[in-house]
Amino acid sequence: MSLLDGLEIGQVVAERTVHLTRDSLVRYAGASGDFNAIHYRDDVAAQVGLPGVLAHGMLTMGVAVQPVIDWADARGWVSDYQVRFTRPVVVDPQQGADLTITATVAALDDDTARIDLTVTFADQTVLGKAQVRVTTLA
Amino acid sequence: MNPELTERAFAPTAPYLVGREKVREFARAVLATAPLHHDPEAARAAGFADVVAPPIFPIVIAEATLQQLLAEPDAGIDFSRVVHGEQRFTYSRPIVAGDELTATLRVTSIKTLGGNSMVTSESAMTDAAGEHVVTSISTLVIRGDDA
Repeated sequence: MSLLDGLEIGQVVAERTVHLTRDSLVRYAGASGDFNAIHYRDDVAAQVGLPGVLAHGMLTMGVAVQPVIDWADARGWVSDYQVRFTRPVVVDPQQGADLTITATVAALDDDTARIDLTVTFADQTVLGKAQVRVTTLA
Repeated sequence: MNPELTERAFAPTAPYLVGREKVREFARAVLATAPLHHDPEAARAAGFADVVAPPIFPIVIAEATLQQLLAEPDAGIDFSRVVHGEQRFTYSRPIVAGDELTATLRVTSIKTLGGNSMVTSESAMTDAAGEHVVTSISTLVIRGDDA
């Protein structure tokens, strides 16, 4: 069955809550090569006036699209993905941080669905204009 | 910010060879558990030559072009004041392990707004055959002295 069969605008295709910890940040730093210390050192974060150690914006972006990929499975691929970073995600050393992701169908054409993401942390959205285009695999 | 950066030509980066283990490592870091990212057989069954990189993987390659931008002696970018504002990836096809990608940087816009500067740049990535694979578009916000 094609990815787009029966899909309707406004339909929620995936919802998930993801738990990030300081370990997640260190792992992403290593994998990506982004070793900015505000993502793992409380003293450096405080020095530059931040409320705490922050998740990399790119980690939030990378994690947020995952429910869409799992939904598409091998039926589609992400041909376009964009976000605005609107609020920081503060990752507590003991409690971590929970991101809640909702993926909703926003537009449809012949071979592509535009899925919009709502990503919240502590009841506030952290990404703006988070749009994923999923193109069907032939 | 130096507005003339938008007219500057940057040299293509050295080719980046996408490794299977790097794709797996990066996938683990962004909690990407789908078999397409980890299992070459699953990837081949879906029509790909090898494991598929997660959508934001090109940021690893774009890092080299960011360094080119920061290294411009007249760029006027203080990295400690840089915040990532927006990010977009626009693909012609997915990246798979075995791809050899070369990125070419272009600064597309520089704006100043209330003491902050916003610089938007594109890294267009092509494969070994010279075909376009993906363009990474980043907007960086450089906070002004008072911000």
